Amino acid sequence: MLDDKDRVFKNLYGLGDWGLAGARKRGSWDGTKAILEKGREGIVNELKASGLRGRGGAGFPTGLKWSFMPKTVGERPHYLVVNADESEPGTCKDREIMRHDPHLLVEGCLIAGCAMAANIGYIYVRGEFIRERERLQAAIDQAYEAKLIGKKNIHGFDFDLYVHHGAGAYICGEEMALLESLEGKKGQPRLKPPFPANVGLYGCPTTVNNVESIAVAPDIMRRGAAWFSGIGRPNNTGTKLFCISGHVNKPCTVEEAMGVPLRELIETHAGGVRGGWDNLLAVIPGGSSMPLIPAFQCDELKMDFDGCAALKSSLGTAAVIVMDKSTDIIKAMARIAYFYKHESCGQCTPCREGMGWMWRVLTRMAEGRAQKREIDMLFEVTKQIEGHTICAFGDGAAWPVQGLLRHFRPEIERRIDQYAANPHSDPVQVAAE
Amino acid sequence: MTKIIVDGTEIDVPPEYTLLQACEAAGAEIPRFCFHERLSIAGNCRMCLIEVQGMPKPQASCAMGVRDLPPNKDGTPKILHTRTPMVRKAREGVMEFLLINHPLDCPICDQGGECDLQDQAMAYGVDSSRYAENKRAVEEKYIGPLVKTIMTRCIHCTRCVRFAAEVAGVPELGAIGRGEDMEITTYLEQAMSSELQGNVVDLCPVGALTSKPYAFSARPWELNKTESIDMMDALGSAIRVDTRGREVMRILPRVNEDVNEEWISDKTRHVVDGLRAQRLDQPYLREHGRLRPATWNEAFGAIASKLKLTRPERIGAISGDLAAVEEMFALKDLVTRLGSKNLDVRQDGSVLDPALGRATYLFNATLAGVEKTDALLIVGSNPRKEAAVLNARIRKRWRAGKFPIGVIGEKADLTYPYEYLGAGPETLAEVAAGKHGFAKTLQQAERPLVLIGAGALARADGAGVASLAAKAAVALGAVKDGWNGFSVLQTAASRVGALDLGFVPGQGGLAAAAMGKAGALDVIFLLGADEVDVAPGAFVVYIGTHGDAGAHRADVILPGAAYTEKSGITVNTEGRVQISSRAGFPPGDAREDWAILRALSDVLGHKLPYDTLGALRKALFAAYPHLQRIDQIAAGDPADIKKLAGLGGAPDKAPFHSAIEDFYLTNPIARASATMAECSALAEDRTSMTAAE
Repeated sequence: MLDDKDRVFKNLYGLGDWGLAGARKRGSWDGTKAILEKGREGIVNELKASGLRGRGGAGFPTGLKWSFMPKTVGERPHYLVVNADESEPGTCKDREIMRHDPHLLVEGCLIAGCAMAANIGYIYVRGEFIRERERLQAAIDQAYEAKLIGKKNIHGFDFDLYVHHGAGAYICGEEMALLESLEGKKGQPRLKPPFPANVGLYGCPTTVNNVESIAVAPDIMRRGAAWFSGIGRPNNTGTKLFCISGHVNKPCTVEEAMGVPLRELIETHAGGVRGGWDNLLAVIPGGSSMPLIPAFQCDELKMDFDGCAALKSSLGTAAVIVMDKSTDIIKAMARIAYFYKHESCGQCTPCREGMGWMWRVLTRMAEGRAQKREIDMLFEVTKQIEGHTICAFGDGAAWPVQGLLRHFRPEIERRIDQYAANPHSDPVQVAAE
Repeated sequence: MTKIIVDGTEIDVPPEYTLLQACEAAGAEIPRFCFHERLSIAGNCRMCLIEVQGMPKPQASCAMGVRDLPPNKDGTPKILHTRTPMVRKAREGVMEFLLINHPLDCPICDQGGECDLQDQAMAYGVDSSRYAENKRAVEEKYIGPLVKTIMTRCIHCTRCVRFAAEVAGVPELGAIGRGEDMEITTYLEQAMSSELQGNVVDLCPVGALTSKPYAFSARPWELNKTESIDMMDALGSAIRVDTRGREVMRILPRVNEDVNEEWISDKTRHVVDGLRAQRLDQPYLREHGRLRPATWNEAFGAIASKLKLTRPERIGAISGDLAAVEEMFALKDLVTRLGSKNLDVRQDGSVLDPALGRATYLFNATLAGVEKTDALLIVGSNPRKEAAVLNARIRKRWRAGKFPIGVIGEKADLTYPYEYLGAGPETLAEVAAGKHGFAKTLQQAERPLVLIGAGALARADGAGVASLAAKAAVALGAVKDGWNGFSVLQTAASRVGALDLGFVPGQGGLAAAAMGKAGALDVIFLLGADEVDVAPGAFVVYIGTHGDAGAHRADVILPGAAYTEKSGITVNTEGRVQISSRAGFPPGDAREDWAILRALSDVLGHKLPYDTLGALRKALFAAYPHLQRIDQIAAGDPADIKKLAGLGGAPDKAPFHSAIEDFYLTNPIARASATMAECSALAEDRTSMTAAE
């Protein structure tokens, strides 16, 4: 279990003061000027040494990402964009940071801005986060007032921070769609390349980071890369916010060391699985877009990037959705498929057309009103979506279905048999031409 | 250049090429729906996926540049595959997705036979569907009288949206909704207002957007296709005339990079029904104030007996906007033989004079040259109405950036922003004298373009305006070594050709307006001239195609051939000589105009010395050698512009007006078209609505 002294998010539950005074007591804004004085190179190297991997889902090394920004500022200004469009079902970590410890984020923005020579930062907040945005704005106002950020601040690095409120579309959490939306256009992902570090917001070099990645940066700078990389396993270092929801006794968001065993995580912090560990059916380890992991693999599961990848899943946002044996797993996946069908932006073909197809087949499968051959067909459809789309949305929607088909095929077949065994007056399914 | 290996073939391509271009350069065929050379890259159809060695996922080849490829560590060229199982499987998957919600209504779809989806389904489709759910159905949208929508067929390639926003400059199309509920629409289901909207039909790879006037009228494989030249404006756009039997069914654009790229205006495309309506299909004679059908001999006899009583100087001829060079040559020849100098092609009262040199009435910068300019001054013109396709090119240049545009004349929506300098010749004089702020911008430009509209020259003080414009062009550096930016935008297709022939009044001859005055002449030949008023008194011989103003005034009507029914030479506004082909035959007793004139000359006793079109052309080329150099421009002499600038004159203060008031009704064919009438009424409604706001 993570030591209290190693915690980054000391006010995660809002028990203390969220404001500047409270944040200062917890160590924020302490020696920030000294950190900035390390310069771009210094900050980026420190971050690289810490091994911090992006907390938004893909796990790309944050220091490396920052280093992609052009070394000198040319005609075009650099921008920092913080992705606070936290919409992944099951994920509720960024909102906790924004409403209970917003100064971590504000200070992180200043440091990140300095590390990439960006004098302007935008925080794109999810449309549904009303209170979170107010709290974040209040924290920014406090920081401005104390001359911590803004023009001619006490840190000697001009930095303006703006909060932008989205309109509540899941796809706007994709970094390129987020930039489009921030520019006032329809939120549809752009093509890569060019990557945002070259051509991002308003055509200028931009880096998009998750809230949590930015919020841990000040602590890494203050306590040193060695401290951070000493937690967890190699390549999976540091602490991480885990959001545990579903069939547990005490759902919670908790900060833990990377690589914490799933069972320990659930039993220490979330009060255990409802009805005991043996009642576990499956978990989705990283938000709804990751493949589920069945119970028999959960005993040994270490909650970090490599641990989940070993089981053909992924840590994602570390939103652990726990499902006990009372779950209708097919229906659950059909519901997730509906979510993705609803949120697909419709730009590229496989995603636009494939989402509805998957959802419709899964809905029938949940009733058992399907053919067994359709299981293979559905798997092929997910394969036709995966990797063929502009953004990662298509992958994220195909994976949970693949996870279901990989691990619960007997359950689907049983459901189909059960349905077929009872008399129904369904018309025979005929392929639409 | 970058080395790259496509399917085992090593080639050198420029690094700015996309992978799709590189593959095509290597001879590999890449299927695509959303990609179009002249539109921005969307990368959304995912049909052009190819395999790049070293990349785990297939890549959209339209969207990735050769220079974006991560280089191989050992420095060997990147290897692309377009025919591997991975590529095939990816494309088959995309095709299946495109088809699951696409209706199988090819038998009743107008796109059938020329449908990209049909064609590519032959290569990448499977024989039957695995999709057992209900198909999506989308409500039809009203987007105007020219484009019919069957939105259920839409595959969301967004070519139409990009065309409207980028090329047409009228961002009226867009996608609403998300995911599979995404729909292409004009938001409030208003008619599109672009003059180029018909092009979205060509762009649409499926049958979602089809031509409304052409709906259900023919199949592509029944049509004879004739490559020809458009006459609706002075650009001479390259067109393909599709006929079934003797009837023109539709007109489509051809690619001509120098003139129209691959766009044509709605008037060019949808004037088709005007070729069928109001046609003159036999000669008519006016008796007791009424026109009655007559035979050719009766008609010729009436003309001959009238001419016998007429002194040569009381004879005149006016040529219209749609005449080809051959018939104007024949008419000029005949009238000259009759002993008259009263010839004119300038129905609108324009002052262009071939005696001043060819450079004074050409679009010297050339149409493609618009893309090379770096500053533009528009004088008395609304290019959007006068030459919609050219306007798209100006807009293209503007989109490329750093292109200041100034307008003197009407304030109109040109689809690109401009600096409004003033309304009339006074402002032009200021600019010419370098007193205006914009003059500096033009002077600093390397290749400034001064575009003079026909409307600015068709005024009583037109000579003064022309001289002033020339003075401005010279003073602003638009006329110099290697660059001639003095450009007159003509609006009539016949104009430059006629001026080349010298179809203007000779020494002491009368101009068009003077010929029409009461008592000026006794016999007037109108060669398709419907835009000029002829006062009562004169005996009018009308040679033309449509029962328009000229025919109503006529005493004898000789039915001629429309531009799709004859082979003819035209010279466009930049001086490019082009030749059109005959796609069909004129209706009834109507004949080709030159043949009518030849037959008439025999009756009049002044037999023209050519019996065939070939012989006529031989005589024509002997007299005007530059006309035989098809698709070439005999450039004007820049010194002529300097001479024109020196002429001076006193322009008055009246503001400039565009030569065209109603884009859709500029000539007799368009005025006979019901489609054009509907478009015109809609445009008028729009104008009054904006005025009311």
